[in-house]
Amino acid sequence: MSEELPAGVPGRAVVVGHGAFAEGLISAVAQISGMGEKLIGISNTGMSPTDIEAAIRSPLETLGVRVIFTDLPSGSATLAARRVMRNAPGVVLVSGVNLATLLDFVFTSCPTASEAARAAAERGRASLIVVEPG
Amino acid sequence: MPIQLHRIDDRLVHGQVVVGWGQPLNIRFLVLVDDAVASSEWEKDLYRMAVPPEMEIHFFDVATAIREHSRFAADKRPGILLTADIDSMQRLVSGVTAIGSVNLGGIHHRAGRTQYRRYVYLTPDEEAALRRLEATGLEVTAQDVPAARAVPLSEMLSERETR
Repeated sequence: MSEELPAGVPGRAVVVGHGAFAEGLISAVAQISGMGEKLIGISNTGMSPTDIEAAIRSPLETLGVRVIFTDLPSGSATLAARRVMRNAPGVVLVSGVNLATLLDFVFTSCPTASEAARAAAERGRASLIVVEPG
Repeated sequence: MPIQLHRIDDRLVHGQVVVGWGQPLNIRFLVLVDDAVASSEWEKDLYRMAVPPEMEIHFFDVATAIREHSRFAADKRPGILLTADIDSMQRLVSGVTAIGSVNLGGIHHRAGRTQYRRYVYLTPDEEAALRRLEATGLEVTAQDVPAARAVPLSEMLSERETR
């Protein structure tokens, strides 16, 4: 049964990636924030493109999820998400997700999925720093 | 420099191809051979967005790829040719004698297929098609990423048969 969320509200999100990427990130989010339940993890390991699409489509349809996070812009998860989005109006994709991105998302106060996704992506981008030796 | 890899992979462009093979082999172009993708601007745009800026991607149906193959084979830069299925590769190979080896990179589970590797599942017809490819003198191996061993087709099939 779909969650009764007003149109556009961020709600929960799907995290899709290679290997145990999603599981690991979600476990880190849970440890830091206690809000891991806002994220649904999917691994693409051993899955065909159509299997990945089906795995992503399911929480969109059953839980009203409107935000998809994927690990790699060139990855099969990202391509599958973009195929799913063709028939899922209002769903937004963030590729290149990291821990800071997800932490921002689970605490978001943004009123729409798009705004929450953009803010989370910006936080994730800003979290990448290089500390030079010396 | 010849095309580095003629790969059958149902995910076509994805992380293993762009990063796993792309970075160590310094891949500069992909040739995606698929009749359906070649006829769809939406599909082509999808794959164009998945490749990094330093990598070109070219799209052909099988018939055109047969005509264009020599041009890419003569390219001095390293490249990878991809098909999503065995049938497309088989048709390509039937028209291009210069292809010496085929890489099985990803043929995933679906009904009717038997598992041979974590990333290779085959129907009996697909297995027979690969055996026919090998019988023409092609080297057919399964290898998902460069760090893995290239497993010869006969070894892969015999391992499964004795399990």
